[in-house]
Amino acid sequence: MKIHEYQAKKILREHGIPIPNGGIAGTPAEAKELAFRLGGKAVVKVQIHAGGRGKAGGVRMVASPKEAEQAAFDLLGRSLVTPQTSPEGARVNTVLVEERVSVASELYVGTVVDRHAALPVIMASEAGGMEIEEVAAHFPEKILKVRVDPASGFQPFHARKLAYGLRLPAHLITPASELIRNLYKVFEAKDCSLAEINPLVVTEDGRLLALDAKLTFDDNALFRHPELQALRDPDQELSLEVEASKYGLNYIKLGGDVGCMVNGAGLAMATMDIVKLHGGEPANFLDVGGGASAEQIENAFRILISDQAVRAVFINIFGGILRCDRLAEGIIQAVKKLDVKVPVIIRMEGTNVEQGRRMLQESGLNFITASDMADGARRSVEAARAFRGMVHG
Amino acid sequence: MSILVDEDTRLVVQGITGREGSFHAKACNEYGTKVVAGVVPGKGKGSQDSVPVFDTVAESVAKEGANTSLLFVPAPFAADAILEASDAGLDLVVCITEGIPVLDMVRVSRSLRGGKTRLIGPNCPGVISPGKAKVGIMPGHIHKRGPVGVVSRSGTLTYEAVWQLSNHGIGQSTCVGIGGDPILGTGFIQVLELFEADPETRVVLLIGEIGGTAEEEAATYIKATMTKPVIVYIAGQTAPPGRRMGHAGAIISGGKGTAAEKIDVFEKAGVRVARSPAEMGELIANTMNLM
Repeated sequence: MKIHEYQAKKILREHGIPIPNGGIAGTPAEAKELAFRLGGKAVVKVQIHAGGRGKAGGVRMVASPKEAEQAAFDLLGRSLVTPQTSPEGARVNTVLVEERVSVASELYVGTVVDRHAALPVIMASEAGGMEIEEVAAHFPEKILKVRVDPASGFQPFHARKLAYGLRLPAHLITPASELIRNLYKVFEAKDCSLAEINPLVVTEDGRLLALDAKLTFDDNALFRHPELQALRDPDQELSLEVEASKYGLNYIKLGGDVGCMVNGAGLAMATMDIVKLHGGEPANFLDVGGGASAEQIENAFRILISDQAVRAVFINIFGGILRCDRLAEGIIQAVKKLDVKVPVIIRMEGTNVEQGRRMLQESGLNFITASDMADGARRSVEAARAFRGMVHG
Repeated sequence: MSILVDEDTRLVVQGITGREGSFHAKACNEYGTKVVAGVVPGKGKGSQDSVPVFDTVAESVAKEGANTSLLFVPAPFAADAILEASDAGLDLVVCITEGIPVLDMVRVSRSLRGGKTRLIGPNCPGVISPGKAKVGIMPGHIHKRGPVGVVSRSGTLTYEAVWQLSNHGIGQSTCVGIGGDPILGTGFIQVLELFEADPETRVVLLIGEIGGTAEEEAATYIKATMTKPVIVYIAGQTAPPGRRMGHAGAIISGGKGTAAEKIDVFEKAGVRVARSPAEMGELIANTMNLM
C-alpha cells in the first residue's frame, strides 16, 4: 500500500526524524495561510501516489503567500501525469506547503528487503535526489549497503558504517547514525516494503533534514496495522481495481481490447502473453483465484465489461479439481444477468469438461469454445477484430 | 526415484480442520499419500476423516512418525506454524498459505538456514511425485509418472504444463511449485540440484515469471552445472512495469526483472526457451526425441 509524502513524513517525525516545517492544504486559501506562517517563501508540492512530480510541474517554488495561493489554485483538482502514473494521471486533492530549505548536499537512505539474501538491506548514497534505480544502473559503486540479520537485529555499527561511508562531517556522524536507526525502526515497526528518504539533505546551516520521503507498506501485513489502513487514499487507485479487490479479484487494467479472465496469477500472465503472440492486445490482467466460483465469475464479468475498450472476453480456466459443468453454469448465469454483448471465448479444463462445453454450446448465447490455450487466444483475437468491425461498421 | 516426496512420506497436515485443510488432506489421502496426522492447537485427541488430530507437531512426530508437513494455517499464524514444524524435526514443510508478511518470512528463512528442515513455498501449490505421493493442492489426475522434472513459481500454469506433457504421453518424476512470494524457502537452484541428482529425471521444465533475479541465477547454475537438458518458459512478457501481477513477487521494479531480460539470460546460457505457453509440452517432446 502506498501513502502520500506528507503522511510518510508524519510517521518519520513521530520516530524522531527531522522533516521541514509545513502543512497540507486542500484549498488555495489554506495554502496561502500556510505560506504566510512559514514566512512567505515556500515550496508547494502535489500529493499523489507517484514519483516524477518535479519534472511534471507538480512542485512549485513560491516567494509569497499570494504565489502559494496561485500555485495551489493551478495544481488542486487537476490530474497530474508523470512517467509513473497511468496515462490519465493522478488526481491532486492535496498539496504540501513547506518551508524552503537551503541545501548544501543531497543524500539517499532507504530500506527494502533484498529478495536474493532474504534479509532487509539499508542503502545509502551520496548521489541523493535521483532515483536509486538510476544510481544503481549508472554508478553502482556509489550505493553503500548493509544487511540486517533478524537474529541479532539492527546494530549501531550498521548505521556507523553508512554514516562514515557517506563521508559526512564529524558533527553529523551521530545525528546521521541516529536517523538511519530510526528509519530502520519505522521499516520494521510498520512492515514497510520500502522506507526511503530521498533526498536526505544537509542544510547550509549543517543540519540533516528529510526533504522527501516515501513509505510503502506490505499489503500482507496490514492486518496488524489498523493505523496504516486509515491512511489509504482510494482516489489515488484506479476505481475498477479498487472494486475488484473488494471481491478478492486481482485486476490490473492494460491498454488492449481482449479482456482476460483467468484462474491463477501465472496462468493469467501466460494468457496475456499468448494473446499478444497471436497479434492481439490484452485489456487487462485478471486473476479470479484458484476456485473460480460462480460469484467470482459474475463479479469478474462486471469489472471486465465496464472497461469500454473490451471487444472480446477470453476465459481461460484450468480447473483441475474444479467441475467444468458448475463453471459453465456460472458463466451462463453471469452473461445472461449482465447482458454481456461482446463475444466470449472459453477455454476450460477440469472434471466434466465435455458436459460443460455442451452446456455452453446449447445455451444460445454468444460463446465460442476453444480446444486449448492457443486456440482460445487465436479465436479471441479474431473475435475482437470482428466485433470492432461491427461496432465501427 | 523422484525428489522431495515419495512412498516414504508420512504427512501431517497443519490446519487440517479448516475448509482447505480438510478438503486437501482427503484428496492427498485418496491419491495414495500416507496422511498420518493433522495438527490444530486445541483440537488434539480428535480426528478428521479418520486421521488423528494432535495439538502439536511434535506429538504427530512422536505418535505417528510424521516427517513431512502440508501447511494451511492462516497467514497471521503461518510463520509460527512453519517454525513449529521445523522445531519438531520434520524433513520437509510445504506451505500453501498465501499472504504471509514479508518480514515474517525474513525471520523464518533466517531461522531455517543451516537446519535440517526444508521449506517449500509459501504461496505455492505443493509437490507431487506422480504415482507415489501428492503433497499439495494440485489435481492429481492430470499427472503421469515419467522422466520430466517440473519446477515452477506458479500454480495453475504448472497444471497447464503438466496437462500438455501428459497429452504428449510424457510423464513427470516430480513437480515442485516453489511459490510466488518474494521470499521462498526453496529456490529454483536447490530444486535443480535435486533433479540433477535424481536418476528418474531426464529433462527439466522450469517455469519462471517476471520479478526478482531467481531465473537469472538459475540460468547461471544450469550453464555451469547441469548435464540434463532444461526447457524454460517465462510468464509475463506483456506485464507492465511497477505493477504487481497477482503474485507478491511478480513485479518489474526499477526496470529490473522483465521477461525479456530473463529469456535473454537463459538463451545466452544455451537454454531453450518456449516463447508461447502453449509450446511447453511440444518443446519437451522434441527434446526427448533427440535424446
